[in-house]
Amino acid sequence: MTITTIMLSFLLAEGSGSMSPMAIIAALYVFALAAFLGYQVISRVPPLLHTPLMSATNAISGISLVGSIVIAGGTGPHHSKVAMILGFIAVVCSTTNVVGGFVITDRMLRMFKRKK
Amino acid sequence: MNWETYFAEFSYLLASILFILGLKGLSHPETAKRGMHLAEFGMTMAIIGTLLHFEIVSYTWIIVGLLVGGLLGLAMGVWVPMTAMPQRTALSHAFGAFAAALVGIAEYYSYTHGFKPIADLGHVKMSAMGFEIMLGALTTTGSLIAFGKLQGIVPGQPLVYRGQNIFNMTLLLATVVLFIYLIFVPTAVIPFYVMLGLAFLFGVLLVMPIGSADMPVVMSLLNSYAGLASAATGFVLGNNVLIIAGTLDGFSGFILSILMCRAMNRSITNVLFGAFGSVSTATVEGVQGEMREVGLEDVAVQLAYANKVIFVPGYGLATAQAQHAVRELANVLEGRGVTVKYGIHPVAGRMPGHMNVLLAEANVPYSQLYELEQINPEFPSTDVSVVIGANDVVNPDARDNPSSPIAGMPILEVDHSKSVIVLKRGQGKGFSGLENPLFFKPVTGMLYGDAKDTLTKLVNAVQHA
Repeated sequence: MTITTIMLSFLLAEGSGSMSPMAIIAALYVFALAAFLGYQVISRVPPLLHTPLMSATNAISGISLVGSIVIAGGTGPHHSKVAMILGFIAVVCSTTNVVGGFVITDRMLRMFKRKK
Repeated sequence: MNWETYFAEFSYLLASILFILGLKGLSHPETAKRGMHLAEFGMTMAIIGTLLHFEIVSYTWIIVGLLVGGLLGLAMGVWVPMTAMPQRTALSHAFGAFAAALVGIAEYYSYTHGFKPIADLGHVKMSAMGFEIMLGALTTTGSLIAFGKLQGIVPGQPLVYRGQNIFNMTLLLATVVLFIYLIFVPTAVIPFYVMLGLAFLFGVLLVMPIGSADMPVVMSLLNSYAGLASAATGFVLGNNVLIIAGTLDGFSGFILSILMCRAMNRSITNVLFGAFGSVSTATVEGVQGEMREVGLEDVAVQLAYANKVIFVPGYGLATAQAQHAVRELANVLEGRGVTVKYGIHPVAGRMPGHMNVLLAEANVPYSQLYELEQINPEFPSTDVSVVIGANDVVNPDARDNPSSPIAGMPILEVDHSKSVIVLKRGQGKGFSGLENPLFFKPVTGMLYGDAKDTLTKLVNAVQHA
């Protein structure tokens, strides 16, 4: 515990940088609340739907696409070609997950019927 | 802030809410579809918001990337058969994690090559980036190996050698040490790329020693890692919707891992470092008698005149693509007034929920699919239990023999039913390599052959019984 506290205070003492201590604290709040909420919501998913759950969460976490887009587009006056290429590959990977994930989840869910 | 920024931030908030509602919908099959449509709408809004928002210099690569990825995803989504769902999921974990790792690498490159002010690469940012890259890289290669094993490109047996765990632990330790060093000295470029390489290597070595039967746990864990890598991307880019979506994904994988481990009565450590299936060849003693082979006609008569029949599917159902044949047989039986149910073990198949999806594909109504706890009390009143390509999940040793490697694993107690028919390809052992005393019990009849073929013949025979 103490090690964590020391590490954390060290990290937060960092004043400069694009991520201010307040911003990182806010982000940690979001993380903690999302984790708690995720636990509540996901423990209610019945085993029947575990495969669709996996493909759905996969598609949803493909939202990292928005990060990839920014990098592939090269923002600001300075942008690197290398970063843009890496961003492009990331866009392809994330889009595949988003589109493939949602299409497959829909396809699976359509198959679950109560009566024949 | 200009209006585009407001719009983008609002779209992220909307997406976050809709994602949560979407997952909430998955608590019931009837609400699931609508939930997913909400999530899809949220995703679309977030993407539009992003495209409008940032001072993007060039749209060329973005549009090409969206098109290529969209087509790939669509092709996968439409054409991948349900039997191949575990492979596809493994591949998508690899893609998601790789995207996260790439974003991290691109950011790091921009900082260390003067495209972004190096002063901004603080300890906080480096920690988040390190997590993102480490998790992303090891999940990428780990998932690719899992994909290879599921697809049959990489041998499914655990690959083990002496000192493996020590070697893997050392490798992980080295990776973590480099990571910690980087937090203090973010500009150390060479250690950064060494860390990246080690993480890629660790992913391979982590999954190689794990046998195919443990895939449900591995899939869930990789799911969790891929999600957490996405969440770390959110920390790096300071984007809340990424943190939320990544965390939801990460926790979903985590919960599934726990459920899968519980269903096998094993700890995650044991799955990861136990190299199951390589240790368990010495438990043959105690099994007595001979396996009794039964004829097709005999089974058909038993089924035709039964009151209640329970089907217990396993991975063999998927490999034989026999889900439609089971459904046909069930139809014929129901036509004769037989009650038909399905008992699904949580770890049957290669990923969580695998069997449910296969049977749903074959139009089995989900009201006939029963979980372990629901179906077990029903076996004593069941006339015939039909085990299709399942082995360890019906192995009574798990219940009766404390020295069995799978002791304590909850099983489907088919041996309590009046008669058990086991459909099996041959006399070989299951994936865990364990002998199954169920096959030697007096109530059990063995019906050898390809499951799909056998079931189709049974349909015919029952109709004429």
